[in-house]
Amino acid sequence: MKRVAVQAGDFDVATELAALEALGGGGVASFTGVVRGGGGLVALELEHYPAMTQAQVDRICDEAMARWPLLGLSVIHRFGRLEPGARIVFVGTASRHRAAALESCAFLIDWLKSQAPFWKKEHFADGAAGWVEARAEDEARAKGWIG
Amino acid sequence: MLTIVYFAWVRERIGLDEEQVARPDAGTSIADLVAMLAARGGGHAEALGDATRWRAALDLRVVALDSPIGDARELALFPPVTGG
Repeated sequence: MKRVAVQAGDFDVATELAALEALGGGGVASFTGVVRGGGGLVALELEHYPAMTQAQVDRICDEAMARWPLLGLSVIHRFGRLEPGARIVFVGTASRHRAAALESCAFLIDWLKSQAPFWKKEHFADGAAGWVEARAEDEARAKGWIG
Repeated sequence: MLTIVYFAWVRERIGLDEEQVARPDAGTSIADLVAMLAARGGGHAEALGDATRWRAALDLRVVALDSPIGDARELALFPPVTGG
């Protein structure tokens, strides 16, 4: 099972986990990314490159399925305007082996952060706005999975 | 013609989502083509003048800036990604 969704709307974590649990592997790992508030942030605006996003996320998922013995995986990434507390991204993996589920989940979120064509703009209460800068640390984490 | 699409602050500084440019010779690299765009000045220079600050994709695949344009249909220029 490979589920990839790039969507504006919210998703239900319990439904996503249940679909992975139903595969019968016995091990399910997941990561949910949520918009962090504070500092006067009123919203994140996520822009993406629609023609490329689905293809790129598909490639990242295929890479995970080639590297670990997975029964299934789900990747959901939202775009558009998201307020603090809103879910942004979900990664879930199912395997007969907990290490495979946990490691592939970490791989997927690291690669999404540094390879999927999304860009975040922060909007603040005082009207200021600015694009989030990529962090060298995120790129280094993704590269750590090579080899 | 070659379609160039822009995202995030590259898009904002140039003031365009996309534009068509005369197709360069197939051997022209992305870096060379973008240097010509930046030489127009204005938003193009501001967005693209520093080649360490943007990335490129040719026909939906991220590629190195010294890659030749070849027969690609779409070039995308954007800042390093910040999803997840």
